[in-house]
Amino acid sequence: MPNILEVQNLSLSYYSPQGETKALENISFSVKKGEFLSIVGPSGSGKSTLLSVLAGILTPTEGCVAVAEGAKTGYMLQKDHLFEWRTIEKNILLGLELTGNLTAGTREYALNLMGQYGLSGFRNRYPSQLSGGMRQRAALIRTLALRPEILLLDEPFSALDYQTRLHVSDDIVSIIKSQRKTAILVTHDISEAVALSHRVIVLSKRPARIKAQFGIQFSLPPNNSIEAREAPEFKDYFNKIWKELDF
Amino acid sequence: MENISKGQREYMEALERNKRRIRLAQIVILLAFFALWELTAQAGILDPFIFSSPSRIFTCLIQMSADGSLFRHIGITLFETCAGFVSGTALGTFSAVILWWNGSLRKILDPYLVVLNSLPKTALAPIIIVWIGNNMSSIIVTALLTSVIVTLLSVLAGFMAVEEDKILLARTFGATKPQILRYVVFPASVPAIINALKINVGLSFVGVMVGEFLVAGAGLGYLIVYGSQVFKLDWVMLSVLILAVLAALMYKWVAALEKKFTKRWKEKE
Repeated sequence: MPNILEVQNLSLSYYSPQGETKALENISFSVKKGEFLSIVGPSGSGKSTLLSVLAGILTPTEGCVAVAEGAKTGYMLQKDHLFEWRTIEKNILLGLELTGNLTAGTREYALNLMGQYGLSGFRNRYPSQLSGGMRQRAALIRTLALRPEILLLDEPFSALDYQTRLHVSDDIVSIIKSQRKTAILVTHDISEAVALSHRVIVLSKRPARIKAQFGIQFSLPPNNSIEAREAPEFKDYFNKIWKELDF
Repeated sequence: MENISKGQREYMEALERNKRRIRLAQIVILLAFFALWELTAQAGILDPFIFSSPSRIFTCLIQMSADGSLFRHIGITLFETCAGFVSGTALGTFSAVILWWNGSLRKILDPYLVVLNSLPKTALAPIIIVWIGNNMSSIIVTALLTSVIVTLLSVLAGFMAVEEDKILLARTFGATKPQILRYVVFPASVPAIINALKINVGLSFVGVMVGEFLVAGAGLGYLIVYGSQVFKLDWVMLSVLILAVLAALMYKWVAALEKKFTKRWKEKE
Protein backbone atom coordinates (compact mmCIF):
# COMPACT_ATOMS: atom_id res chain seq x y z
CA MET A 1 0.00 0.00 0.00
CA PRO A 2 1.30 3.47 -0.81
CA ASN A 3 2.06 6.00 1.89
CA ILE A 4 -0.56 8.68 2.24
CA LEU A 5 1.46 10.79 4.65
CA GLU A 6 5.16 11.17 5.31
CA VAL A 7 6.76 13.08 8.10
CA GLN A 8 10.45 13.84 7.82
CA ASN A 9 12.78 15.13 10.53
CA LEU A 10 10.14 17.26 12.11
CA SER A 11 11.24 19.66 14.87
CA LEU A 12 9.29 22.44 16.48
CA SER A 13 10.14 25.00 19.13
CA TYR A 14 7.91 27.37 21.04
CA TYR A 15 9.18 30.76 22.01
CA SER A 16 7.99 32.56 25.13
CA PRO A 17 9.41 35.20 27.51
CA GLN A 18 10.47 32.32 29.77
CA GLY A 19 12.63 30.95 26.99
CA GLU A 20 12.57 28.46 24.18
CA THR A 21 10.74 25.16 24.57
CA LYS A 22 11.57 22.33 22.24
CA ALA A 23 8.30 20.46 21.71
CA LEU A 24 9.21 18.09 18.90
CA GLU A 25 12.63 16.77 17.94
CA ASN A 26 13.49 15.00 14.75
CA ILE A 27 10.30 13.04 14.26
CA SER A 28 9.93 10.89 11.17
CA PHE A 29 7.28 8.37 10.30
CA SER A 30 4.94 7.47 7.51
CA VAL A 31 1.36 6.34 7.35
CA LYS A 32 -0.17 3.97 4.83
CA LYS A 33 -3.49 4.52 3.19
CA GLY A 34 -6.27 3.04 5.33
CA GLU A 35 -4.00 2.58 8.32
CA PHE A 36 -5.08 3.41 11.85
CA LEU A 37 -2.08 4.78 13.71
CA SER A 38 -2.03 5.77 17.36
CA ILE A 39 0.50 8.03 18.95
CA VAL A 40 0.85 7.70 22.71
CA GLY A 41 3.03 9.72 25.00
CA PRO A 42 3.12 11.19 28.49
CA SER A 43 0.90 14.23 28.94
CA GLY A 44 2.53 17.44 27.83
CA SER A 45 4.80 15.54 25.48
CA GLY A 46 3.72 17.47 22.43
CA LYS A 47 1.29 14.94 20.96
CA SER A 48 -1.30 17.60 20.18
CA THR A 49 1.42 19.85 18.80
CA LEU A 50 2.42 17.09 16.39
CA LEU A 51 -1.17 16.74 15.25
CA SER A 52 -1.50 20.51 14.74
CA VAL A 53 1.58 20.41 12.54
CA LEU A 54 0.09 17.55 10.51
CA ALA A 55 -3.10 19.56 10.13
CA GLY A 56 -1.16 22.56 8.92
CA ILE A 57 -2.23 24.79 11.82
CA LEU A 58 1.33 25.04 13.12
CA THR A 59 4.42 25.45 10.97
CA PRO A 60 7.36 23.26 11.97
CA THR A 61 10.71 24.87 12.80
CA GLU A 62 12.46 22.18 10.78
CA GLY A 63 11.47 19.23 8.64
CA CYS A 64 8.40 18.71 6.54
CA VAL A 65 5.10 16.92 6.22
CA ALA A 66 4.21 15.47 2.85
CA VAL A 67 0.65 14.44 2.13
CA ALA A 68 -0.27 12.37 -0.91
CA GLU A 69 -1.71 14.42 -3.73
CA GLY A 70 -5.37 15.27 -3.29
CA ALA A 71 -5.53 13.92 0.27
CA LYS A 72 -7.07 16.35 2.72
CA THR A 73 -6.86 16.15 6.49
CA GLY A 74 -9.76 16.44 8.90
CA TYR A 75 -9.40 17.24 12.56
CA MET A 76 -11.31 16.01 15.59
CA LEU A 77 -10.71 17.67 18.93
CA GLN A 78 -10.97 16.50 22.53
CA LYS A 79 -14.42 17.89 22.97
CA ASP A 80 -17.04 17.89 20.24
CA HIS A 81 -17.31 21.72 20.33
CA LEU A 82 -20.66 21.61 18.63
CA PHE A 83 -21.99 25.16 18.63
CA GLU A 84 -24.90 25.24 21.02
CA TRP A 85 -26.63 27.99 19.03
CA ARG A 86 -26.78 25.89 15.87
CA THR A 87 -28.94 22.87 15.15
CA ILE A 88 -27.19 19.54 14.59
CA GLU A 89 -27.69 19.91 10.86
CA LYS A 90 -26.20 23.41 10.84
CA ASN A 91 -23.33 22.18 13.00
CA ILE A 92 -22.59 19.39 10.58
CA LEU A 93 -22.60 21.84 7.67
CA LEU A 94 -20.24 24.24 9.51
CA GLY A 95 -17.04 22.99 7.87
CA LEU A 96 -18.62 23.16 4.43
CA GLU A 97 -19.85 26.69 5.10
CA LEU A 98 -16.49 27.91 6.43
CA THR A 99 -14.56 26.46 3.52
CA GLY A 100 -17.07 27.85 1.03
CA ASN A 101 -17.94 24.37 -0.18
CA LEU A 102 -21.60 24.30 0.74
CA THR A 103 -23.46 23.32 -2.41
CA ALA A 104 -26.56 21.24 -2.97
CA GLY A 105 -24.29 18.26 -3.67
CA THR A 106 -22.05 18.53 -0.59
CA ARG A 107 -25.06 19.24 1.53
CA GLU A 108 -26.75 16.09 0.38
CA TYR A 109 -23.56 14.12 1.02
CA ALA A 110 -23.48 15.43 4.61
CA LEU A 111 -27.17 14.71 5.16
CA ASN A 112 -26.65 11.20 3.80
CA LEU A 113 -23.87 10.63 6.31
CA MET A 114 -26.24 11.83 9.02
CA GLY A 115 -28.81 9.30 7.89
CA GLN A 116 -26.27 6.52 7.55
CA TYR A 117 -25.10 6.99 11.14
CA GLY A 118 -28.46 7.45 12.79
CA LEU A 119 -28.54 11.20 13.23
CA SER A 120 -31.38 12.05 10.84
CA GLY A 121 -33.88 12.26 13.67
CA PHE A 122 -31.73 14.91 15.37
CA ARG A 123 -31.42 17.24 12.38
CA ASN A 124 -33.33 20.08 13.95
CA ARG A 125 -32.30 19.38 17.52
CA TYR A 126 -29.69 21.36 19.39
CA PRO A 127 -26.46 19.84 20.74
CA SER A 128 -27.67 20.08 24.34
CA GLN A 129 -30.45 17.64 23.48
CA LEU A 130 -28.01 14.88 22.44
CA SER A 131 -26.08 12.35 24.50
CA GLY A 132 -22.28 12.55 24.65
CA GLY A 133 -21.94 9.69 22.19
CA MET A 134 -24.33 11.20 19.68
CA ARG A 135 -22.58 14.55 19.97
CA GLN A 136 -19.24 12.90 19.21
CA ARG A 137 -20.82 11.22 16.18
CA ALA A 138 -22.13 14.56 14.99
CA ALA A 139 -18.64 16.02 15.42
CA LEU A 140 -17.18 13.20 13.34
CA ILE A 141 -19.75 13.70 10.59
CA ARG A 142 -18.98 17.44 10.61
CA THR A 143 -15.38 16.46 9.83
CA LEU A 144 -16.30 13.70 7.33
CA ALA A 145 -18.58 16.08 5.43
CA LEU A 146 -15.44 17.66 3.97
CA ARG A 147 -14.35 14.25 2.66
CA PRO A 148 -10.92 14.17 4.25
CA GLU A 149 -8.68 11.21 3.46
CA ILE A 150 -6.76 11.44 6.71
CA LEU A 151 -8.45 11.97 10.06
CA LEU A 152 -6.44 13.51 12.86
CA LEU A 153 -7.98 12.61 16.20
CA ASP A 154 -6.79 14.58 19.22
CA GLU A 155 -7.94 12.52 22.21
CA PRO A 156 -11.51 12.73 20.94
CA PHE A 157 -12.85 10.45 23.67
CA SER A 158 -11.04 11.81 26.70
CA ALA A 159 -13.90 14.07 27.79
CA LEU A 160 -16.28 11.11 28.13
CA ASP A 161 -16.76 8.89 31.16
CA TYR A 162 -15.20 5.43 30.97
CA GLN A 163 -18.27 3.40 29.96
CA THR A 164 -19.43 5.86 27.33
CA ARG A 165 -15.87 6.11 26.16
CA LEU A 166 -15.56 2.40 25.34
CA HIS A 167 -18.72 2.49 23.28
CA VAL A 168 -18.12 5.81 21.60
CA SER A 169 -14.54 5.00 20.64
CA ASP A 170 -15.67 1.72 19.14
CA ASP A 171 -18.51 3.46 17.37
CA ILE A 172 -16.39 6.26 15.96
CA VAL A 173 -13.60 3.94 14.87
CA SER A 174 -15.98 1.59 13.11
CA ILE A 175 -17.42 4.56 11.23
CA ILE A 176 -13.92 5.66 10.25
CA LYS A 177 -13.05 2.15 9.11
CA SER A 178 -16.31 1.75 7.19
CA GLN A 179 -15.49 4.98 5.36
CA ARG A 180 -11.99 3.57 4.61
CA LYS A 181 -10.24 6.58 6.00
CA THR A 182 -6.72 6.80 7.29
CA ALA A 183 -6.57 7.88 10.91
CA ILE A 184 -3.95 9.20 13.30
CA LEU A 185 -5.11 9.09 16.90
CA VAL A 186 -3.29 10.88 19.68
CA THR A 187 -4.04 9.55 23.14
CA HIS A 188 -2.54 8.93 26.54
CA ASP A 189 -4.74 5.87 27.02
CA ILE A 190 -2.66 2.79 26.18
CA SER A 191 -5.63 0.39 26.07
CA GLU A 192 -7.43 2.66 23.66
CA ALA A 193 -4.38 2.77 21.40
CA VAL A 194 -3.92 -1.01 21.43
CA ALA A 195 -7.62 -1.78 20.96
CA LEU A 196 -8.18 0.60 18.07
CA SER A 197 -5.05 0.72 15.96
CA HIS A 198 -2.90 -1.16 13.52
CA ARG A 199 0.24 0.48 14.83
CA VAL A 200 1.26 2.45 17.93
CA ILE A 201 4.06 5.02 18.10
CA VAL A 202 5.39 5.86 21.56
CA LEU A 203 6.71 9.37 22.11
CA SER A 204 9.24 10.34 24.77
CA LYS A 205 8.91 13.16 27.27
CA ARG A 206 9.38 16.69 25.96
CA PRO A 207 11.03 17.30 23.57
CA ALA A 208 9.10 14.50 21.91
CA ARG A 209 11.10 11.91 20.00
CA ILE A 210 9.87 8.59 18.69
CA LYS A 211 10.85 6.07 21.35
CA ALA A 212 9.32 2.88 20.00
CA GLN A 213 6.82 1.55 17.49
CA PHE A 214 4.60 -1.48 17.77
CA GLY A 215 2.57 -3.15 15.05
CA ILE A 216 -0.58 -4.50 16.66
CA GLN A 217 -1.69 -7.90 15.45
CA PHE A 218 -4.07 -10.29 17.09
CA SER A 219 -3.95 -14.00 16.27
CA LEU A 220 -7.76 -14.04 16.13
CA PRO A 221 -8.78 -10.77 14.50
CA PRO A 222 -11.43 -9.26 16.81
CA ASN A 223 -14.74 -8.01 15.44
CA ASN A 224 -14.58 -4.77 17.30
CA SER A 225 -12.43 -2.82 19.70
CA ILE A 226 -14.32 -4.11 22.75
CA GLU A 227 -13.41 -7.67 21.78
CA ALA A 228 -9.86 -6.59 21.07
CA ARG A 229 -9.52 -5.63 24.72
CA GLU A 230 -10.16 -9.28 25.63
CA ALA A 231 -7.68 -10.77 23.14
CA PRO A 232 -4.82 -12.71 24.76
CA GLU A 233 -2.16 -10.49 23.14
CA PHE A 234 -3.82 -7.33 24.41
CA LYS A 235 -2.10 -7.23 27.78
CA ASP A 236 1.30 -8.06 26.27
CA TYR A 237 1.05 -5.04 23.99
CA PHE A 238 -0.23 -2.99 26.88
CA ASN A 239 2.73 -3.95 29.07
CA LYS A 240 5.31 -3.37 26.34
CA ILE A 241 3.97 0.10 25.63
CA TRP A 242 3.56 0.89 29.29
CA LYS A 243 7.26 0.10 29.90
CA GLU A 244 8.27 2.44 27.09
CA LEU A 245 6.25 5.35 28.39
CA ASP A 246 8.15 7.57 30.77
CA PHE A 247 6.29 9.66 33.27
CA MET B 1 -47.54 12.57 34.31
CA GLU B 2 -50.80 10.86 35.31
CA ASN B 3 -49.20 8.76 38.05
CA ILE B 4 -48.08 11.36 40.55
CA SER B 5 -47.33 9.89 43.96
CA LYS B 6 -48.84 11.36 47.11
CA GLY B 7 -45.45 12.63 48.27
CA GLN B 8 -44.78 14.36 44.95
CA ARG B 9 -48.24 15.94 44.96
CA GLU B 10 -47.81 17.24 48.49
CA TYR B 11 -44.41 18.61 47.57
CA MET B 12 -45.85 20.41 44.52
CA GLU B 13 -48.69 21.83 46.58
CA ALA B 14 -46.31 23.08 49.26
CA LEU B 15 -44.20 24.67 46.53
CA GLU B 16 -47.28 26.38 45.08
CA ARG B 17 -48.42 27.59 48.53
CA ASN B 18 -45.02 29.05 49.22
CA LYS B 19 -45.02 30.86 45.87
CA ARG B 20 -48.45 32.36 46.61
CA ARG B 21 -47.33 33.46 50.07
CA ILE B 22 -44.33 35.29 48.65
CA ARG B 23 -46.50 37.00 46.01
CA LEU B 24 -49.00 38.02 48.68
CA ALA B 25 -46.28 39.50 50.89
CA GLN B 26 -44.99 41.51 47.92
CA ILE B 27 -48.44 42.98 47.24
CA VAL B 28 -49.02 43.70 50.92
CA ILE B 29 -45.80 45.71 51.14
CA LEU B 30 -46.81 47.82 48.13
CA LEU B 31 -50.32 48.49 49.41
CA ALA B 32 -49.12 49.16 52.97
CA PHE B 33 -46.60 51.69 51.69
CA PHE B 34 -49.22 53.71 49.80
CA ALA B 35 -51.84 53.34 52.54
CA LEU B 36 -49.44 54.55 55.20
CA TRP B 37 -48.39 57.46 52.99
CA GLU B 38 -51.98 58.46 52.35
CA LEU B 39 -53.08 58.10 55.99
CA THR B 40 -50.17 60.04 57.45
CA ALA B 41 -50.74 62.76 54.85
CA GLN B 42 -54.46 62.92 55.70
CA ALA B 43 -53.69 63.01 59.44
CA GLY B 44 -51.28 65.87 58.90
CA ILE B 45 -48.23 63.95 60.11
CA LEU B 46 -46.60 64.34 56.67
CA ASP B 47 -47.06 67.70 55.02
CA PRO B 48 -48.64 66.96 51.60
CA PHE B 49 -47.16 70.21 50.31
CA ILE B 50 -43.66 68.74 50.41
CA PHE B 51 -44.45 65.01 50.52
CA SER B 52 -47.49 64.96 48.24
CA SER B 53 -49.80 61.98 48.77
CA PRO B 54 -51.14 59.05 46.73
CA SER B 55 -54.53 60.68 46.26
CA ARG B 56 -52.97 63.96 45.09
CA ILE B 57 -50.67 62.04 42.77
CA PHE B 58 -53.66 60.18 41.38
CA THR B 59 -55.59 63.43 40.79
CA CYS B 60 -52.51 64.85 39.10
CA LEU B 61 -52.27 61.73 36.93
CA ILE B 62 -55.90 62.14 35.81
CA GLN B 63 -55.45 65.84 35.04
CA MET B 64 -52.24 65.47 33.14
CA SER B 65 -53.57 62.50 31.21
CA ALA B 66 -56.67 64.47 30.29
CA ASP B 67 -54.72 67.36 28.80
CA GLY B 68 -52.22 64.93 27.24
CA SER B 69 -49.18 66.68 28.70
CA LEU B 70 -48.18 63.59 30.67
CA PHE B 71 -47.89 61.46 27.54
CA ARG B 72 -45.76 64.09 25.86
CA HIS B 73 -43.32 64.09 28.79
CA ILE B 74 -43.26 60.30 28.96
CA GLY B 75 -42.81 60.05 25.20
CA ILE B 76 -39.87 62.43 25.18
CA THR B 77 -38.07 60.71 28.04
CA LEU B 78 -38.73 57.31 26.54
CA PHE B 79 -37.45 58.41 23.15
CA GLU B 80 -34.27 59.88 24.62
CA THR B 81 -33.67 56.79 26.72
CA CYS B 82 -34.19 54.37 23.83
CA ALA B 83 -32.02 56.46 21.52
CA GLY B 84 -29.22 56.57 24.10
CA PHE B 85 -29.65 52.91 24.93
CA VAL B 86 -29.58 51.68 21.34
CA SER B 87 -26.75 53.94 20.20
CA GLY B 88 -24.69 53.25 23.34
CA THR B 89 -25.09 49.51 22.95
CA ALA B 90 -24.39 49.59 19.22
CA LEU B 91 -21.34 51.83 19.52
CA GLY B 92 -20.01 49.86 22.51
CA THR B 93 -20.41 46.54 20.72
CA PHE B 94 -18.84 47.91 17.56
CA SER B 95 -15.85 49.23 19.52
CA ALA B 96 -15.54 45.86 21.25
CA VAL B 97 -15.28 44.21 17.82
CA ILE B 98 -12.47 46.59 16.86
CA LEU B 99 -10.56 45.96 20.09
CA TRP B 100 -11.05 42.20 19.76
CA TRP B 101 -9.69 42.39 16.25
CA ASN B 102 -6.65 44.45 17.12
CA GLY B 103 -4.74 43.09 20.11
CA SER B 104 -2.17 45.89 20.13
CA LEU B 105 -4.85 48.56 20.17
CA ARG B 106 -6.54 46.69 23.00
CA LYS B 107 -3.37 46.77 25.09
CA ILE B 108 -2.62 50.40 24.26
CA LEU B 109 -6.11 51.59 25.19
CA ASP B 110 -6.45 49.43 28.30
CA PRO B 111 -5.47 52.07 30.91
CA TYR B 112 -7.69 54.69 29.26
CA LEU B 113 -10.65 52.34 29.30
CA VAL B 114 -10.09 51.58 32.98
CA VAL B 115 -10.11 55.30 33.80
CA LEU B 116 -13.10 56.03 31.57
CA ASN B 117 -14.99 53.16 33.12
CA SER B 118 -14.45 54.46 36.65
CA LEU B 119 -15.21 58.07 35.69
CA PRO B 120 -18.83 59.02 36.39
CA LYS B 121 -19.92 59.81 32.85
CA THR B 122 -22.61 62.20 34.08
CA ALA B 123 -19.76 64.54 35.08
CA LEU B 124 -19.29 65.08 31.35
CA ALA B 125 -22.88 66.22 30.78
CA PRO B 126 -22.18 69.97 31.24
CA ILE B 127 -19.31 69.73 28.74
CA ILE B 128 -21.55 67.95 26.25
CA ILE B 129 -24.13 70.70 26.62
CA VAL B 130 -21.52 73.36 25.94
CA TRP B 131 -20.37 71.52 22.85
CA ILE B 132 -23.64 70.30 21.40
CA GLY B 133 -26.02 72.88 22.75
CA ASN B 134 -29.07 73.25 24.90
CA ASN B 135 -31.14 70.57 23.17
CA MET B 136 -32.28 66.99 23.06
CA SER B 137 -29.13 65.76 21.28
CA SER B 138 -27.11 66.62 24.39
CA ILE B 139 -29.40 64.48 26.50
CA ILE B 140 -29.10 61.53 24.14
CA VAL B 141 -25.32 61.85 23.97
CA THR B 142 -25.17 61.91 27.78
CA ALA B 143 -27.26 58.73 27.89
CA LEU B 144 -25.01 57.17 25.24
CA LEU B 145 -21.90 58.04 27.23
CA THR B 146 -23.21 56.41 30.39
CA SER B 147 -23.63 53.06 28.66
CA VAL B 148 -21.00 52.91 25.94
CA ILE B 149 -17.90 52.12 28.01
CA VAL B 150 -19.64 49.50 30.14
CA THR B 151 -20.95 47.86 26.98
CA LEU B 152 -17.52 47.93 25.37
CA LEU B 153 -15.85 46.34 28.38
CA SER B 154 -18.45 43.67 29.11
CA VAL B 155 -18.88 42.66 25.46
CA LEU B 156 -15.12 42.61 24.96
CA ALA B 157 -14.79 40.42 28.06
CA GLY B 158 -17.42 38.14 26.48
CA PHE B 159 -15.44 38.01 23.21
CA MET B 160 -12.21 37.21 25.01
CA ALA B 161 -13.87 34.48 27.08
CA VAL B 162 -14.92 32.44 24.03
CA GLU B 163 -13.35 29.00 24.32
CA GLU B 164 -9.99 28.90 22.57
CA ASP B 165 -10.82 25.41 21.26
CA LYS B 166 -13.98 26.62 19.53
CA ILE B 167 -11.82 29.05 17.60
CA LEU B 168 -9.26 26.29 16.95
CA LEU B 169 -12.07 24.15 15.56
CA ALA B 170 -13.02 26.92 13.14
CA ARG B 171 -9.36 27.27 12.18
CA THR B 172 -9.11 23.56 11.40
CA PHE B 173 -11.77 24.33 8.79
CA GLY B 174 -9.56 27.13 7.51
CA ALA B 175 -11.73 29.93 8.89
CA THR B 176 -10.54 33.49 8.32
CA LYS B 177 -10.67 36.14 11.05
CA PRO B 178 -13.93 37.69 9.83
CA GLN B 179 -15.41 34.18 9.71
CA ILE B 180 -14.22 33.44 13.25
CA LEU B 181 -15.93 36.64 14.37
CA ARG B 182 -19.13 35.91 12.53
CA TYR B 183 -19.43 32.17 13.12
CA VAL B 184 -17.84 31.73 16.54
CA VAL B 185 -17.03 34.78 18.63
CA PHE B 186 -20.12 36.87 17.99
CA PRO B 187 -22.77 34.17 18.41
CA ALA B 188 -20.96 32.73 21.42
CA SER B 189 -21.09 36.19 23.02
CA VAL B 190 -24.81 36.78 22.62
CA PRO B 191 -25.40 36.19 26.35
CA ALA B 192 -22.69 38.76 27.21
CA ILE B 193 -24.26 41.28 24.83
CA ILE B 194 -27.73 40.80 26.28
CA ASN B 195 -26.30 41.11 29.75
CA ALA B 196 -24.83 44.45 28.70
CA LEU B 197 -28.30 45.48 27.48
CA LYS B 198 -29.70 44.74 30.93
CA ILE B 199 -27.17 46.99 32.62
CA ASN B 200 -27.66 49.66 29.97
CA VAL B 201 -31.38 50.08 30.59
CA GLY B 202 -30.72 51.48 34.04
CA LEU B 203 -27.69 53.47 32.96
CA SER B 204 -29.48 55.12 30.04
CA PHE B 205 -32.19 56.37 32.38
CA VAL B 206 -29.50 57.86 34.63
CA GLY B 207 -27.97 59.65 31.65
CA VAL B 208 -31.33 60.95 30.44
CA MET B 209 -32.32 62.20 33.90
CA VAL B 210 -29.07 64.12 34.35
CA GLY B 211 -29.41 65.52 30.84
CA GLU B 212 -32.99 66.58 31.41
CA PHE B 213 -32.16 68.13 34.77
CA LEU B 214 -29.64 70.32 33.01
CA VAL B 215 -31.23 71.36 29.73
CA ALA B 216 -34.68 70.03 29.03
CA GLY B 217 -37.92 71.88 28.49
CA ALA B 218 -39.91 68.66 28.60
CA GLY B 219 -39.64 65.09 29.81
CA LEU B 220 -40.00 63.38 33.16
CA GLY B 221 -36.63 64.66 34.36
CA TYR B 222 -37.72 68.17 33.51
CA LEU B 223 -40.98 67.64 35.42
CA ILE B 224 -39.03 66.44 38.44
CA VAL B 225 -36.59 69.33 38.51
CA TYR B 226 -39.11 72.00 37.58
CA GLY B 227 -41.74 70.59 39.96
CA SER B 228 -39.29 70.67 42.86
CA GLN B 229 -38.35 74.28 42.08
CA VAL B 230 -41.99 75.46 42.09
CA PHE B 231 -42.96 73.10 44.91
CA LYS B 232 -45.35 71.09 42.75
CA LEU B 233 -44.39 67.88 44.55
CA ASP B 234 -47.32 66.06 42.92
CA TRP B 235 -45.53 66.37 39.58
CA VAL B 236 -42.27 65.21 41.09
CA MET B 237 -43.69 62.16 42.82
CA LEU B 238 -45.83 61.21 39.83
CA SER B 239 -42.82 61.42 37.53
CA VAL B 240 -40.69 59.32 39.86
CA LEU B 241 -43.40 56.66 40.06
CA ILE B 242 -43.80 56.59 36.29
CA LEU B 243 -40.02 56.37 35.87
CA ALA B 244 -39.96 53.38 38.20
CA VAL B 245 -42.65 51.67 36.13
CA LEU B 246 -40.92 52.51 32.82
CA ALA B 247 -37.55 51.25 34.02
CA ALA B 248 -39.16 48.05 35.29
CA LEU B 249 -40.99 47.52 31.99
CA MET B 250 -37.86 48.07 29.94
CA TYR B 251 -35.92 45.70 32.15
CA LYS B 252 -38.67 43.11 31.74
CA TRP B 253 -38.51 43.56 28.00
CA VAL B 254 -34.76 42.92 27.93
CA ALA B 255 -35.22 39.95 30.27
CA ALA B 256 -37.79 38.51 27.84
CA LEU B 257 -35.31 39.12 25.01
CA GLU B 258 -32.67 37.32 27.03
CA LYS B 259 -34.92 34.36 27.61
CA LYS B 260 -35.76 34.15 23.94
CA PHE B 261 -32.25 34.46 22.58
CA THR B 262 -30.06 32.78 25.15
CA LYS B 263 -32.12 29.65 25.61
CA ARG B 264 -29.63 27.55 23.66
CA TRP B 265 -26.62 28.96 25.45
CA LYS B 266 -28.10 28.30 28.87
CA GLU B 267 -29.01 24.70 28.15
CA LYS B 268 -25.39 23.83 27.76
CA GLU B 269 -24.63 24.27 31.46
